[in-house]
Amino acid sequence: MTAERRVLDVSALPPHAFGPRGLIWWGTVGFMVIEGSMFVIVLITYFYLRLQVSDWPPSLPNPDLGPGTVNLLVAIATCVPAALAKRAAEKFDLRSVRIWLTALTVLNFITVAIRAFEYPALNCKWDDNAYGSITWFLISLHTIHLATDAMDGAVLTALSFTDRMTKPRFVDVSENSLYWYFIVVWWIPIYLTIYFAPRWL
Amino acid sequence: MDAFADARLRRELEATWYVPRGFVGWFKVVDHRTIGRRYIVTAFVFFLLAGVLAALMRIQLAMPENRFIGPDLYNQIFTVHGTAMMFLFAVPIMEAMGVYLVPLMVGARNIAFPRLNAFSYYVFLFGGVMLFTALLLNSGPDAGWFSYVPLAGPDYSPGKRADFWAQLITFTEVAALAVSVEIVATVFKLRAPGMTINRIPLFVWAMVVTAFMVIFAMPSVVTSSTLLLLDRLVGTHFYNPAEGGDALLWQHLFWFFGHPEVYIIFVPALGMISSIITTFTQRPVFGYNAMMLSVVATGFIGFAVWVHHMFATGLPQLGLAYFTAASMVISIPTGVQIFCWIASLWRGTPRFATPLLFVIGFFITFIIGGLSGVMLAVIPFDTQVHDTFFVVAHFHYVLIGGAVFPLIGGIYYWYPKMTGRLLSERLGRLNFWVLLIGFNVTFFPMHLLGIQGMPRRVYTYPAELGWGPLNMLSTAGAVLLIAGGALLIVNLVRSYVAGEVAGDNPWNADTLEWSTTSPPPVYNFLHIPIVEGQNALWDRSADRPVVVGIRSDCREVLVTGVMDAEPMHKTQFPEPTLWPFACAVVASAFFVGSIFTPWALPVAVVPLAITLIGWFWPKNRRPVRGEREAATLQEVRA
Repeated sequence: MTAERRVLDVSALPPHAFGPRGLIWWGTVGFMVIEGSMFVIVLITYFYLRLQVSDWPPSLPNPDLGPGTVNLLVAIATCVPAALAKRAAEKFDLRSVRIWLTALTVLNFITVAIRAFEYPALNCKWDDNAYGSITWFLISLHTIHLATDAMDGAVLTALSFTDRMTKPRFVDVSENSLYWYFIVVWWIPIYLTIYFAPRWL
Repeated sequence: MDAFADARLRRELEATWYVPRGFVGWFKVVDHRTIGRRYIVTAFVFFLLAGVLAALMRIQLAMPENRFIGPDLYNQIFTVHGTAMMFLFAVPIMEAMGVYLVPLMVGARNIAFPRLNAFSYYVFLFGGVMLFTALLLNSGPDAGWFSYVPLAGPDYSPGKRADFWAQLITFTEVAALAVSVEIVATVFKLRAPGMTINRIPLFVWAMVVTAFMVIFAMPSVVTSSTLLLLDRLVGTHFYNPAEGGDALLWQHLFWFFGHPEVYIIFVPALGMISSIITTFTQRPVFGYNAMMLSVVATGFIGFAVWVHHMFATGLPQLGLAYFTAASMVISIPTGVQIFCWIASLWRGTPRFATPLLFVIGFFITFIIGGLSGVMLAVIPFDTQVHDTFFVVAHFHYVLIGGAVFPLIGGIYYWYPKMTGRLLSERLGRLNFWVLLIGFNVTFFPMHLLGIQGMPRRVYTYPAELGWGPLNMLSTAGAVLLIAGGALLIVNLVRSYVAGEVAGDNPWNADTLEWSTTSPPPVYNFLHIPIVEGQNALWDRSADRPVVVGIRSDCREVLVTGVMDAEPMHKTQFPEPTLWPFACAVVASAFFVGSIFTPWALPVAVVPLAITLIGWFWPKNRRPVRGEREAATLQEVRA
C-alpha cells in the first residue's frame, strides 16, 4: 500500500468504563432481563392458577406477615450500602468500597437467614395443592437469587482485600450493586403476591 | 505502517491470542471461531442422528401394518427426533453460525464473554449426549416434542422418560440464553468504529433479533419444564387439576415459547438469505430499512400468536379470532422481505451459484409452507386437520424450506471462509436438486394424507384406509433426501482436503469477514477496520483506514457506542481457561442428578460454587502501589 493510510488512534482511551458504556453492564443487564422475564412468567402463572379455583388459598390459612415484612424492610435498607459501594467504586475509593461492600454482604446474608423463617410462615407445603406449589416456587426462585448474590458478594468482598483489586474489579463492584437493586426491586411484587394476594384476591 | 511493522504486529497478535493445543488445551479454548466450529459440527452430528430416527420412522410407515418398529419404541423415536431437531439442531446451529460469524462481521477480535461462550458449548454438548444416551437405554422421552401434560405428567408417564425431556430443555436453554447475551453485547458494544446502527449487516440484525427473542421466550419453557419436573419429582400440583392445577397452563407456557421458537430458527435464515442475495447480485440489497424493520416486527409479532397452536382446546371464541388475525398479520413482514429479495434479484444480474440455488429452493418451499400456514390459521380448517399429517407437512415445509435450505446455502457460502477451501460447485448443484426433489417427494404427499385423515404419531395404519401408496411415495422421497444429505457430507469432506483454495474473498462479498484471511487468524483482523458504508468492503476508500493503539501484548479489545460505534474505551479479554468446562461438568451432573433426586441441588452447591469462584477470580494482579495511585489521581482530576 503506497498511499498514506488514515488511522484512528485509540491508545489514549481508558481501560474500563462504568454503566452502559462498558461491556460488563450489558452482560449484567442481559441476565437481569432473562431472570426478570422468568419472574414475570412465574407471577403470571401464579395468577393463572388463582383463576382456576374459587378460594385462595384453597382450604389453607393465609401466610403470616411477620418474617416476610421484616425481610422486605431489611432488603430495602440494603440499598443504602449498595448505593454507597457503587459510588465509592466509581471513584476508585478502595477503603469505602471495602466498608460498604462488607456491609452489603453481611446484610445480604441476613436476608437469606430471615428467608429461612419465611418458609414456615407460609403455612403451606409445596405438595398441599397448586397454591402451595406456586407459592413455594415463587419464593424459592427469589431465594436462589438472594443466595447466589450473597455468595457472589462474599467473593467480591474477599477480592477487595487482595492485590487482585484492579480497576476493572471496581466496575464489577458497581454492577454488583446494580444487580442487587434488581433483586430487591423484584422482592416487592413477589412479597405483595405471596403475602397479600391470599388476603385481597 | 509498512510491511515490516505489520509482520511484527502479526507475530505479537498470534502469540497473544493463541489457541491452546493438546488434550488439556482442547478444554481451555475460549476463542469464538474454535467454539463456533465445534458448535456447528456438534449440531450437525445431532442433525444426522435425528435424521436417522426420521429414516427409521419412514421405513416403519412405508407399508400398512408394518412390524419393523413397535409402538413403544416408535413413540420414543418420534419424540427424540422432534426434540433433537428443534433443541439440538435448529436453534443451536443458528446460534453457532452467529457465534462464528457475528464477531467477524462486526470487526471484533472475539465474542463478548468468551468464557461464557465455552461454557455454553459444553452444556449443549452434554445435554445432547444425555438425550441420546437415554434413548439407547430405552429411556428416551415418548410424549412428543412438546411433552403435553397430563400425558407427560406423573400419572401417565411413570419412569424417567419425561424427566430426560424436561432436563434436556434446561441444558439447551441455558446454552442458548448464554449465547444470546453474548451476541447482543458483541453487536451493541464491539462493532468496529464507523459501523453505525444503520450499517449493521442484515445477518447481524437477524442474529440480534433472534437473541432478543431467545431472551424473552426461553424463560417460559424453562419455567414450564421445571414445573413439570417438580410435579414428577417432589409431588407439586402445577398441572394436576385435582389439586387446583391446570393442564392447559402447560400449553400456554410451552407455546408462548414455542411459537417464537419457530422465528428463532427462521429469522437467522432470513439474515443468511440477505447476505447471499447481496453477494450474488453484486449490489446492495433492495430496501435495507424495510428489511431491518421487518425482521424486528417479526420478532415482536412472533410473541402474539402462540394460541394458534391451541385452537382445538376449546378456548373462548373472541380470543381465538384475535390469534387468527395475529397469525395472518405476521405474514406481512415476511412478505415485505420476500418482495425486497425479489426486487434485489430483479434489479441485479444474479449469478446462480449453489448458495443462491438454495435460496431459490427456500422461496419455493417456504412459500408453499407459508400458504399452508395461512390455511391453518383458519380455525374451521385447523380443527379439521389438527394433529394430522397435514400439520407435519406444513411445519417441515416451513422449517426445512425456511431454515434448512438457507442454512445449507449459508454453509456453501461461508465454508470457504471457515476452511479456506471452496465446496465443489458441481456436487453442490447436484446436492441442491436431489435435496429439493427429495424434500418435496417426501413431504408433499403428507398434505394429502392429512386431508385424508391420517393422524400424526401413529406407528402404523390398516391397509383398508388406503394410505399405503402415498406413504410409500413419501418413504421413496426420504431415500432421495438421505442421498442429498450424503452428497453434502461427501462434498464437505472432499473439499476440506482437496477443494479449490478460496482466497480471502472468493465471492467478492461486501461484509467484513471477507476482508481477513480464510480461515481467519486467531486475532481475526490484523488492524481493526473503520467502516465507511452499509456494504463495508464495497464502500471502503482506497487507503482502507484502520484503528491503531490497541495493545497487542495482551488481549485488549475496543469497546464502542451502541448507536454510532464511536470508540469509548478498551477492555481486556480473558485468557484460555479450564473453569468454564469444569463448571459445565458440574452443572450437567446437577441437571442429570436432579432427574433422580432433589438432593442433587444441595450436593451440587459446593462444587458449583468452587468452579464459579475459580472462573471469576481474576488472574492478574494490581500494579505496584505508586503506579496505581498516580493513575487514580490522574483520573480523578480528569
